[in-house]
Amino acid sequence: MPSPNRDQGGGTPRCPRTPPTPEAREIVFDFLSDYDDPSIWGAFWMTVKLTALSGVGSLVWGTLLAAMRVSPVPLMRGFGTAYVNIVRNIPLTVIIVFTSLGLADIFGMTMGASDFDVRGFRLAILGLVAYTAAFVCEAIRSGINTVPLGQAEAARAIGLSFSQTLGLVVLPQAFRSVIGPLANVLIALTKNTTVAAAIGVAEAALLMKEMIENEAQTLLIGAVFAFGFVVLTLPTGLVLGWLSKRLAVKR
Amino acid sequence: MSSVLYDTPGPRAKRRNVLLSVVFFVLFALLLWWIWQTMDDKGQLRWALWEPFTESQAWTTYLLPGLGNTLKAAALAMVIALPLGALFGISRLSDHRWVRGPAGAVVELFRAIPVLLLMLFANEFYDRYTNVSSEQRPLYAVVTGLVLYNASVLAEIVRAGILSLPKGQSEAAMAIGLRKGQTMTNVLLPQAVTAMLPAIVSQLVVIVKDTALGGVMIGFTELLNTRGTLAANYANVVQSFVVVAIIFIVLNFLITSFASWLEGRLRRGKKSTGVVLGPATVEGTAATGAGGTI
Amino acid sequence: MKLRKVSAAAATALVLALTATACGGDNGDGDDTGSGSGGGDKIKIGIKYDQPGLGLKKPDGSFSGFDVDVATYVAKELGYEPNQIEFVETKSADRENALARGDVKFIAATYSINDERAKKVDFAGPYLLAHQDLLVKADSDITESTDLNGKNLCSVTGSTSAQNVKDDFAPKANLKENSGYSECIAALQSGAVDALTTDDSILAGFAAQEQYKGQFKLAGLKLSNENYGIGVKKGDTATVDKINAALEKMVSDKAWDKAVTDNFGPANYKNEPAPKIGNIVK
Repeated sequence: MPSPNRDQGGGTPRCPRTPPTPEAREIVFDFLSDYDDPSIWGAFWMTVKLTALSGVGSLVWGTLLAAMRVSPVPLMRGFGTAYVNIVRNIPLTVIIVFTSLGLADIFGMTMGASDFDVRGFRLAILGLVAYTAAFVCEAIRSGINTVPLGQAEAARAIGLSFSQTLGLVVLPQAFRSVIGPLANVLIALTKNTTVAAAIGVAEAALLMKEMIENEAQTLLIGAVFAFGFVVLTLPTGLVLGWLSKRLAVKR
Repeated sequence: MSSVLYDTPGPRAKRRNVLLSVVFFVLFALLLWWIWQTMDDKGQLRWALWEPFTESQAWTTYLLPGLGNTLKAAALAMVIALPLGALFGISRLSDHRWVRGPAGAVVELFRAIPVLLLMLFANEFYDRYTNVSSEQRPLYAVVTGLVLYNASVLAEIVRAGILSLPKGQSEAAMAIGLRKGQTMTNVLLPQAVTAMLPAIVSQLVVIVKDTALGGVMIGFTELLNTRGTLAANYANVVQSFVVVAIIFIVLNFLITSFASWLEGRLRRGKKSTGVVLGPATVEGTAATGAGGTI
Repeated sequence: MKLRKVSAAAATALVLALTATACGGDNGDGDDTGSGSGGGDKIKIGIKYDQPGLGLKKPDGSFSGFDVDVATYVAKELGYEPNQIEFVETKSADRENALARGDVKFIAATYSINDERAKKVDFAGPYLLAHQDLLVKADSDITESTDLNGKNLCSVTGSTSAQNVKDDFAPKANLKENSGYSECIAALQSGAVDALTTDDSILAGFAAQEQYKGQFKLAGLKLSNENYGIGVKKGDTATVDKINAALEKMVSDKAWDKAVTDNFGPANYKNEPAPKIGNIVK
């Protein structure tokens, strides 16, 4: 999220800070309660919402892309391949900024919201989905590759069509073998939501930048937010890691 | 592989595929036409906005120095993170708990913190405890942040790669009397790295893209950062983003192409080692690491 | 096997080359930029790189703008010739930290003096009085801040100016936050927003750019007072005094007026007269 210039002019910082008093230890973490629009909880809640909604979206779109990449229609295969290879190679910041500058401002895709807060939120999800889906697609595709050939052959032998073979036989097994990789994608997605700050979505990273600018306590504030992300991502990794072991197809 | 999922198309299936292709093509072409038309309507295609990119000064003053810094940070981060990642990956597989534990903790911790924050911490660290000059500090901080995060991810990739190897490999190595260290460096690691090359490469692409985070808070003048200065001069925000995106795509395409060429060479050269690693296994385990690659 | 050796050698060479380049610029000039004594030293000054009319890095690599002219004049008074000046980009979020770390000697980058900032840095000046204003399309009917109710207003992420408008003048304004002013101008041009708000000096600089000439106008509202000061490391009162003397001299020998005409003239920006040192207009 390159924000080349914020708060160029001035005015007073948005969230004033109580003046330092001798009981410094008491008020070291003062900044946590000084901010109420949004509060630190509100900001992390926004991070969670972004992660959850983009996670679901990119799972759907990523699965569709993977299906395209293994489909019998050459043009769809080509599109899937091109999409993944282009999107994966662009920094997420560029994609997110494009949803706002390009999609919304130029192409008039306002996401059914005239309020910029809501629109920014939806555009950020769109950008995150577009980007993350490329990684989901690759993970699922490698999952498809782990399904033994016999499975697909047997499916075809009993007369299932391509979509039935994929949807009923191959994908269910593929998903079970890629829960680990998908968990990694989800963790990365959680951290990537910080990029949404570039288009003004009031999530954790935006609040952190604001706090650092106003408080000049970079290390302390950074540590609080780093801790927040560890709290969000570590359990995700552990739970899904356990799940992937439980659900793994024993072969 | 994909051909296993459907029968060889007969006449009807061929017709259906052609029909689907045509429908898909028409929809796609309509989309492109609409994009072009709207850009034109909004005046975004005016030559005046694109013309700066044909001037040498736009490149020599803004884009090339930015690209240079991006490449410098990415290359440094790569050459440091790769061996470090291998080291941590191996450490996590150690027989000794006191090696395994800390290595695991470090890897899990740095994977969980956003790279931007790691860069921020590194910047403060270099300021307080070293006398790195203020010109060089952003570069140091960016490289440090990238190394900490990506070495952790690479460690997981290497670990998954080693675990994916058939057990017979290490058993055979032990049987001919190799030590644990020799088994690792002479037998397991080379095979694991080859097997995990796709995942490693996509992680290298991540490093290139993540240099862009250095411009956000610690003032590293990488490509995306100099783009802002360029756009302020030529008043072409949208166009500058398009050009920078293309540069990144080309750059990363070159990296992945080089890697797949290298992979081909390595695979061919490996035939004599007699490792039975079906492409499915390789791809499957590659995914274990590939997931973290964002 | 042979290939592996070759690539290992290549990798080693690459590392060496990169380390060499990485350390090339690190010739130990340290963080200390001298204490105003001049001599053969360089002085590092923080400016903006992306604000036409105030601080802009031009395609030929040189710098232009009012802040740049003021900084150059002040540096000269401190004993540094223009070729001894090294301009450093200081983004808004990094200004206080850059001073505290000693990365730059002083900062002239649309840095308005306020109580919060004055706790962390010392200010010389002010050297310019700007006001928050609106930039609208040339044919726009927005003339007052209350006209913004129900309209789309753009500002930069985390900026205070837009929030001020929303809080004080037009509570029903719809606020869009972009990552930079260039992005906001693009949105204004495409019609995605109706107005852009920040200091009039900044807006004038953008409006006067070749590519935008005649497309936009300033609404001419004085929604706030922004006293631009020169930021100096906290406690460095000696430098503050020297800079204040330099600024007074700049006004008295008319160099200030020339800098205004040079940089704001094309923008048709009606600037306030030179402020008195230490006279902060609330």
